Amino acid sequence: MAGASPTEYIGHHLTNLTAAVGAGPFWVVHVDSLIVATILGVICFGVMWRAASKASPGVPGRFQAFVEMVYEFVDGQVRDVFQGDRSFIAPLSLTIFVWVLFMNAMDLIPVDFVPTLLGLFGVHYFKAVPTTDLNTTFALSITVFFLIIFFSFKAKGTGGFLHELFTAPFGSHWALWIPNFLLNIIEFLAKPVSLAMRLFGNMYAGELVFLLIALLPWWAQWLPGAGWAIFHILIITLQAFIFMVLTAVYLAMAHEHH
Amino acid sequence: MEQFLAIIQAYTALGIGIIIGLGAIGACIGIGIMGSKFLEAAARQPELIPQLQGRMFLLAGLIDAAFLIGVAVAMFFAFANPLLAVLQA
Repeated sequence: MAGASPTEYIGHHLTNLTAAVGAGPFWVVHVDSLIVATILGVICFGVMWRAASKASPGVPGRFQAFVEMVYEFVDGQVRDVFQGDRSFIAPLSLTIFVWVLFMNAMDLIPVDFVPTLLGLFGVHYFKAVPTTDLNTTFALSITVFFLIIFFSFKAKGTGGFLHELFTAPFGSHWALWIPNFLLNIIEFLAKPVSLAMRLFGNMYAGELVFLLIALLPWWAQWLPGAGWAIFHILIITLQAFIFMVLTAVYLAMAHEHH
Repeated sequence: MEQFLAIIQAYTALGIGIIIGLGAIGACIGIGIMGSKFLEAAARQPELIPQLQGRMFLLAGLIDAAFLIGVAVAMFFAFANPLLAVLQA
C-alpha cells in the first residue's frame, strides 16, 4: 500500500466487503465476515465431528485425545458454574469457545496478506477477522440473550419468571414492582451488549495495533510485531474463554431461583 | 476552515490521551490488586492454585476489557474521526 496516507491505509483495512440485500443503508450484509466465519465454523466443527464419529473406546489416537482434552476442559469450566443437566450448555459452550477462538485467531494472519491476495482477483475490501465486526459479535451475544430468555422460561415457568421479573432484587411489595422490573430489564439488556462489546473492543484494538505496526518501515516491524502477536495469542484465547464462561454463567443464572 | 480543523484535531488528540491514559490507570490498578491477592492466596494455600488460576484469567480479561474497548474507541477517533465530518458538510 505504498503511497496511501496512514489514515487511508487503516481506513481501507477496516472497511468490510459489503453486499446490499435490500433498499437503504440498513440492509447491507458484510460478506467477508460471513464467509470467513462460515468457513471456520465448517472447518473446526467438521474436524471435531470427524474425531467424534471415529472415536473408539479403546486407546484413543493423538487427535481424538486432543479433542477430548478440549471438551473436558470446557466441560470442567461449565461444571464449576452450573450444577445440573449440562447436556445442552456444555456443547453450546464448546461451540462458542472453539468458534470464537478460530475467528479471533484470524487476527494473527499478517494484515496485508488476505487483502493483497484477494486484491489480485479484484476484491478490494476484505476484513479477515470476523470478530472485529460488531455484526458478528452481536449475532453471537444476541443468540446467547435469546437462550437466556428461553432457559428462564423453561426453568421457572412463565409465572415464575414473570414473578421474578417484578419482585427479584428488592422484594415483593407492590410499590417496588416498577423499580424491580426496570432494574431487571437493564440487567438483561446489559448482558448481550457487554458480551459483544468486550469481544469486539479487544479484537478491534488488537487489529488496529497490528495495522499501526504495519505502518512502520519494514526493518522496524519485526520486534513490535512479534511482541504484540505473542501478547495477542493470550488475548485471543482469553476472550474466547471469557465469552464461553460468561455464557455458561448467564445460563446458570437463568436456572437459579430467587 | 483550517482553524476549525486544527481545533477539532487538537481536542480529539487530548480526548484520545485521556481515554487511553485513564483507562490504563484503572486497568493497571485492577490487575495489580488482583494479581497481589492471587499471589497471597497462592502462598497461603498452594493447593488452590489450579482453581484460582482459571478465575484469575477470567477476571484479568474482564478488567482489561473496558480499557481495550476504550483503546478501540480512541483509535477509531484517531484514524477515522467522525467529528471531522462536520467540516466536510
